[in-house]
Amino acid sequence: MSAPTLDRPAAASPDETALRQQFEATIAADHRIEPRDWMPEGYRKTLVRQIAQHAHSEIIGMQPEGDWLLAAPSLRRKAVLLAKVQDEAGHGMYLYSAAETLGADRADLTDKLIERRQKYSSIFNYPTLTYADVGVIGWLVDGAAICNQVPLCRSSYGPYARAMIRICKEESFHQRQGYELLMTMMRGTDAQRAMVQDAVDRWWWPSLMMFGPPDEESPNSAQSMAWGIKRHGNDELRQRFVDMSVPQAQALGVTLPDPDLTLDEAGGHWRFGAIDWSELQRVISGQGPCNAERIARRRAARDDNAWVTEAASAYAAKHAS
Amino acid sequence: MSTDLTAEGGHGAVPTGPEVPTAPSPSVSRRDWPLYEVFVRGKRGLNHVHVGSLHAPDDEMAVHAARDLYTRRNEGVSIWVVRAADITASSPDEKDPMFAPSGDKVYRHPTFYDIPENVPHM
Repeated sequence: MSAPTLDRPAAASPDETALRQQFEATIAADHRIEPRDWMPEGYRKTLVRQIAQHAHSEIIGMQPEGDWLLAAPSLRRKAVLLAKVQDEAGHGMYLYSAAETLGADRADLTDKLIERRQKYSSIFNYPTLTYADVGVIGWLVDGAAICNQVPLCRSSYGPYARAMIRICKEESFHQRQGYELLMTMMRGTDAQRAMVQDAVDRWWWPSLMMFGPPDEESPNSAQSMAWGIKRHGNDELRQRFVDMSVPQAQALGVTLPDPDLTLDEAGGHWRFGAIDWSELQRVISGQGPCNAERIARRRAARDDNAWVTEAASAYAAKHAS
Repeated sequence: MSTDLTAEGGHGAVPTGPEVPTAPSPSVSRRDWPLYEVFVRGKRGLNHVHVGSLHAPDDEMAVHAARDLYTRRNEGVSIWVVRAADITASSPDEKDPMFAPSGDKVYRHPTFYDIPENVPHM
C-alpha cells in the first residue's frame, strides 16, 4: 500500500458523473472545494493559471519598490519599505503553496515565469522613477489589488481563499503606509508636491488597467463566475476602485489625470474617461518599459543563488547521516 | 483582444487563455527538498492550526523558514512542521464509511434530550 499523498489531486474515477454532480453541488451550496476533492480538469487548470500568475506578480512586484530600499530617505522609511517588500515575498510563497495543492510544482512554476511561458501583472513593468512612486504604488496599485483580492477571500477553492485572507490582512498595511508617505510629501515643498502629482499622473491609468478588459471582452469570465473562482466582473471592480480613490485623491490634494472624471449624481458613481487598452496589450506582450529587466533579475536570483540551496542541501545531508 | 485576460489573480490583468501552460514539466531547477505542512499555535490556550506549506532541506530549516513565512506579525507562539509525505489522511472515497456512523448517533449530542424549562443549570 502506498502512502496517501496529502493535498494532492485525487485520481479520476470511472464514475465521473457522480463525482461531477458532487462537485457541482458543493459549488452550488457555496461550500469550498478542497485539494483532494474531484474537480473538473478545466477548473484545476484555470486555478493553476490564476494562482501561479498571482504568485508571480507578488514575486516580481518586489522589484519596483525594492529599487528604493537603499534610497528611502530615513531609517523609518527603509524599515517600512523592507517590511512591505518582505510581505510581497511572503504573499508569493502563500500562493505557490496553494498552487502546489493542485499538483503544480513550485520550482517548475518559477521556470515557466523565467521562460515567459507564464505571465505576471503588467503593472510591474513600469519603472519607479522617484520616491513618490513608492507611495503611489501603495495607495493606488495596492488599493486596486485589494479591490480584486477581497472578493477572492470567498473563492470556491479552499487553499486559494485561505491564502487570500492572509494576504488581505497584510495589504491594508501596504496601502496605508503608501498613503501616509504621500500625505507627508504633500505637506513638504512645492517640489515634493510636484513629485507626488507626477507619480499619480503616471500610475493612475495603469492602475485602472489592472482590472482587466471590459467584461464583454473577457470570454472566460462567465465560466470562472459559474465556478465561484471569480466573484465580480472587471468593470464592477474597476468602478468600485474609482469611487474609492476619488475622495482619497481629494483629501490628498492631487488631481487624477482624467478630464472626463465626473460624479454621476443620480447613480453616485464617478464616471471616467476611455482607457487606452492598446497600452495594456503592448505591455503584456513584452513591450513595457521594464519587462526584460524584471525577468532578467528574477533569472539572476534563481541562478546566482543556486549555491545557497545546494549548500543547504549538503548541510542537511551531512546532519542526517 | 488577442488573448484572454482576467483581473483575477489579485495584482491585476493577466492572460489566462489556453496558451498558458499549467502542467508541470521536467525542470532543471527542481529541488529535491520535501514539502512540509506548517501548523501554528496562535496563542497560549489554542490548538496548532494548519496555515500552509513550504519546502525545506530538513526539519530544522523548515521551522526557521516557517517562522519567517508565517509569523511575521506575532501570529504564533509555537510552530509545528511535518513532512507532507508522513501525514496519513482520510480520503474522499472513504467519506461515507468514515463519517456516516456519527450521522445517525444523534443521542451523542446534548440537544437530543428533552429537559423541562424549569430545571436550572442543565
